[in-house]
Order: sequence, then structure tokens, then C-alpha cells
Amino acid sequence: MPDSRSEDRRPWSERSLAQLTLVRFREFIREPEAVFWTFAFPIILALGLGIAFRNKPADVVTIGAIHGTAARDSVVARLQHAHGLRVLSMDDSAAARALRTGEVALVVVASAGGAEYRFDDTRPEGRSARALVDDALQRAAGRKDPMSVSERKVREKGSRYIDFVVPGLLGMNIMGGGIWGLGFAIVEARRRNLLKRLVSTPMPRSHYLASFLFSRFFFLVLEIAVLVGSAALFFDVPVRGSVLQLFVVCLSSALAFGGMGLLIASRARTMEGVSGLMNLTMMPMWVLSGVFFSSSNFPRVAQPVIQALPLTATNNALRATMLQGAGWSAVAPSLAIVGAWLVVSFALALKLFRWR
Amino acid sequence: MANVPALKVEGLRKAYGDVVAVDGLDLTVNAGECFGLLGPNGAGKTTTIEICEGLTDPDAGVVEVLGQRWDHDERALRERLGIQLQETQLAEKLTVDETIRLFRSFYVRGRDVGDVIDVVQLGEKRSSRVGKLSGGQKQRLALACAIVGDPELLFLDEPTTGLDPQSRRQLWDLITELRASGRSIVLTTHYMDEAERLCDRVAIVDHGRIIALGAPRELIASLGAEHVVEFTTPEAPPGALDATRLRAIDGVMAVREHDGRWTLEVANLAQTVPALLAELQRLQLGLGELATHSATLEDVFVSLTGRQLRDA
Ligand SMILES: Nc1ncnc2c1ncn2[C@@H]1O[C@H](COP(=O)(O)OP(=O)(O)O)[C@@H](O)[C@H]1O
Ligand SMILES: [Mg+2]
Repeated sequence: MPDSRSEDRRPWSERSLAQLTLVRFREFIREPEAVFWTFAFPIILALGLGIAFRNKPADVVTIGAIHGTAARDSVVARLQHAHGLRVLSMDDSAAARALRTGEVALVVVASAGGAEYRFDDTRPEGRSARALVDDALQRAAGRKDPMSVSERKVREKGSRYIDFVVPGLLGMNIMGGGIWGLGFAIVEARRRNLLKRLVSTPMPRSHYLASFLFSRFFFLVLEIAVLVGSAALFFDVPVRGSVLQLFVVCLSSALAFGGMGLLIASRARTMEGVSGLMNLTMMPMWVLSGVFFSSSNFPRVAQPVIQALPLTATNNALRATMLQGAGWSAVAPSLAIVGAWLVVSFALALKLFRWR
Repeated sequence: MANVPALKVEGLRKAYGDVVAVDGLDLTVNAGECFGLLGPNGAGKTTTIEICEGLTDPDAGVVEVLGQRWDHDERALRERLGIQLQETQLAEKLTVDETIRLFRSFYVRGRDVGDVIDVVQLGEKRSSRVGKLSGGQKQRLALACAIVGDPELLFLDEPTTGLDPQSRRQLWDLITELRASGRSIVLTTHYMDEAERLCDRVAIVDHGRIIALGAPRELIASLGAEHVVEFTTPEAPPGALDATRLRAIDGVMAVREHDGRWTLEVANLAQTVPALLAELQRLQLGLGELATHSATLEDVFVSLTGRQLRDA
């Protein structure tokens, strides 16, 4: 019998790889929730975080001053004009309450020829209030600064919280897209007996798996463009390194998380089972891998493990590329970690995968 | 090629733990034949057909499909088969057209997607989402996916289970047409009317074995009784009527009782019914219901196992 495959004259668009990939697109865009979580959610999150943690111009500090005696009232009057301070004149008990609730950062109790500062020295506002109040009172009392200084204000973009968090959100998004995207779709197909139905046809199994990678590739480009683009537009978040390098980092990370999604889904039969496994995999990385705050906050002994996590490596490489403009050699170690996860998870997944 | 059977199975055996699903099963399906596996739920029909489809590995036995074995050239064999599983929920977000197009893409040669949609009469539903189809429409879509590769041999596992009578009849017509176009078909069912109506030959399966094999007419004829008489005697005291007494009536071939309901297999109604009524009169037993029907495969199953197909 002649090899039937060699006689295949169908256009590529009617063949299994293209059709399976089309199915992935159709299923994705017909699922409004998935579109929201993939595209809108990270932008909304970035906006929210950007607003909450925006670097405000040096804050005005509110302090309390106890009134009553002549000395005390003159201190209130002197502080009234000091730069960066708002002074509330109050009695003893009101001042104690305001200090306790954090309404004021410091309370001044003046006496003849002196003053007492009441504040919590573990709070940054308390310490800065002390410096400001003391400065104002000493100057008013006639202090002259022995050295002259000048100021130049520098607010560098790239070192703000929003700059830190956007690459983290991108990494988190890539992880979710790979693990959720493959995990749910595959287990759902297995649960519906659809996997078995597919392997009862001559469909090459590799085409089924490849269709997920192709569609991830496409959506990845969109995700990067949307998230990095809107961060640049709304917050001026920079991309200092090469866009190609950024893309390569994202792509290898997407493949690694795709492999992990495949591995998680390789045997599970129920949605509950697979969601549990996915959360168990992702939860530690959300916390440890430096999405919202730096992973260097965790104890030193835990660092080798944390640094070996795929999301940590991804986030490090993304930050190095976007914020520091680092080159290939700087991201190579992170890429090696991501690559190791990619190879191991795919190899295991293909070995364990249950089609029927 | 003409003499190669569509399917040949020898000594098939499959156990799941302690449950023996298939227990030494042999059968041959001729090319161009519509062959039915008829049996109650749990008889082992799905296990058998999925072993034949190369989806389940048997513990023992040999399967030859279209003269080929599963252990080599699986892909070439799959090009020639059409398969409908007992339970496949196709992707709900795709349309009818997209689903059939997807399945068409798996086969090098196959039928035109539009033609197949017409054959299964889903033309109006072409652009509807699968999730919005009725049960019968979903089942016809599943059939469309099975035939879009233009198969020589079609495996259908319970193609009409759970459907309303009209949808069942619609599917029966489709299967009859497929049979007429020269394809070999193997189907499973637990409906005796379906097997009688569609199949050239039927294997009655129970507990993983074939307990009867032949054309539906032959199997029914093997009862030796053309008709079945069922009756009740609601006021009769227990033991007033017994099987020996009834078997003694002229023309009664077999007697069974189940929940106070008597079933007689008889050769000739005109001869036996009056004799039965006379006997009841003589015993002074009042008649409750009396019903007769021509013998069916159901009666064959009952006569072989003592159980009904439905509630076996
Ligand atoms: N995957 C399985 N695991 C365990 N038992 C199974 C499995 N598949 C079938 N069985 C058992 O094998 C027997 C035959 O099942 P099946 O072939 O589905 O019967 P049918 O299709 O005739 O209803 C049943 O007792 C069923 O419970
Ligand atoms: Mg079954």
C-alpha cells in the first residue's frame, strides 16, 4: 500500500495542527473570564498598585502641641510656620489619644526654656517628625547652620514600586497562563472523554500538545504587549534592555510553565484534583518568588530554594532586562534555571501522560 | 480483500481487579455486515468494543481489524476506522461546523464537511455551538465525526441510548443508510428493538460472554415459539397455579413467572390461548391482564438468562 501521508494534498490550514491550534484560540476567546484574567486583570492590578504605592511628594507630617501656658502657646505659634509640618494644638489627654491612634506622629510639650518630644521612635514618621520639629524650634531659638548646603531633587524612574511590580506581574501572568491554560483544558478534555476520542482517530498526539504551545506563543506576545505597553503608557515603566531579550525570557518561561501545566495535568481526572495541584504549585511562588515584594526579604537559608524556583528566575531575568537594561550574560543563569524546569517537566509529563 | 473479515476476535479476556468484564469472547464480523453486541448494562460491551478499537489493552486474546493488528501500523488502521465512544462530550464552545472540520483534519482522505453535515441533517445547526444542541443532535454530531474520515468500518457504542423515540428513529435511518453504502458496522446496544431493526447478526452478551449468536430472526426462531403470552391472576392464592400445569397445555414451549406475572412462549396463539382460558376456568382462577406479542430478542435473552434485558 502506498504511504497515504505522502499523498496528502490538503492545504496546511485544513490539517490537524492548524485546526487544533484554531480550536485553542476559539475556546480561549469564547471564554470571557479567561480573557479577563489574562489581559484585564494584570492591568487593573498594576493600576491599583501603582496608585496605592505612588511616590508622593514629601508628605506633610501632622504633630500635636499641648497648649495652656504662655511658653506652650508660643511654641505652637512658632511651629505654625515651619515647613512640612501641620500642628494641632490640643490638651494633654487629647494629645495622648492622638499619638496612640497615629493621628499625630509626635507631641511637643514645651516648658520654659525647653521642650519634650513624645513619639514612637520605631515609626519612620515619628523619627522624621522629630527631626523637622527640632530643626524648626532650634532655628527659631537662634541656631545658625555652620555649613551651607544646596538641594537637587532626583526622582528616577525605574526605582519606583510600580517599576518593581510590573515585571513581577508579567512573570505571574506567564506562570498562570501556562499552568492554568494547559492544566484546565487538558483535564477537562480527559474528563469529557474527548482525549480518548481524539486518540481514536489518526491524529498525531504531538499535534495536540503542540497546539497548546502554539496558542500560548500567540497569546504570550499579546500579554507582553498589553502589560508592558500599558505600564509604559500609564506609569512610564521602562524597558531598558532589548525587546528581543525580553521576549526570549518570556518565551522560555512560558514553555517551562507550559511543561509544568502538562505535568500537573498528565494524570488528573477531575477538575478539583487538578485545581488543587495547580494551587499547590503556584501558591508558594506567588509568595516567595518576588512578585509583589523582593524575595530577598526571606531568610538566607531559604534563598537557594527560592532562587531555584522558576518564577523567581523569571522575575529576576525580567527585572534585569526591563529595569537594569542588563544583557544576555546577566540573564543567562536565570535562563538556565528556567531551561532546566522546561526540560525536566516536559520529559516527565510526556512519560506520565494518560491519553485514555 | 473481499474475504478479509471486518473484525475478528479470539479468546478475548479483560478483568478490572476482581471484575471480569470480558470473559473469553470470540466473534467474526463479515465485511459489509452490520453486527450488534446486545446485552444489559455491565455485560462488557463497551470493554469489548474499546479493545477492538485499540483503546484498551486486553489481558488475553487476539484482535484483527480489517485484517490488521493494533501492534503495528496503528495510524494507517485508524485512517480506515470511524469510532463513536459511548460517552464523549465534544467541546461545547465550538460550532457544529468547526467540530466536524476538526475531525476531518485528522484524516488524509475523507468526506466533504458540508456533505457530512447534510447527511446527519444538521444543516440548520451548522453554526450553533455544540453546547446548545439537543441530545439527539449531539448524537448525530458524534456520528458525523465518526464518518467524516470515510471509514470502511464503523464502531458505534450505544448510539441511541438516552434519546427520545423520534431521535432514535432518525439515527436508525442514518445507520441503515451507512450500512447500505457498503460500510461494515459494529454497534452495541441494550435495546432489543434496535438490534432487531439494524443488525444483520447479533451477539447476545452477558457477563462478558456471548450466549447466543445469529441473525435476529434465527435467534427468535430458535425459541421454537413465535409468540409470547403474558397474564396475571390477581386473586389466585399462592400455589394455585404452577408451571407444570401450564406447560401441559397444548402448544406451550416454556413457562416463567416473575412477580406474579406469568409468561408463556407459545407456537400458535389460536390454539393455546383458548386452552389457557379453559384451564384457568377449570381451576376457578380469575384472569387479570392478558397480553400477547410476537417473540423478540428480549424474549430470547429472558429465555437464556431468566432476566429482563432492561433490569438485568
Ligand atoms: N475502567 C474500569 N475500571 C473498573 N471496572 C470497569 C472499567 N470499565 C468497565 N468496568 C466494569 O466492567 C464491567 C463491564 O463494563 P462495560 O464494558 O462498560 O459494560 P457495558 O458497556 O456492557 O455496559 C462492568 O462491571 C464495569 O463496572
Ligand atoms: Mg457500555
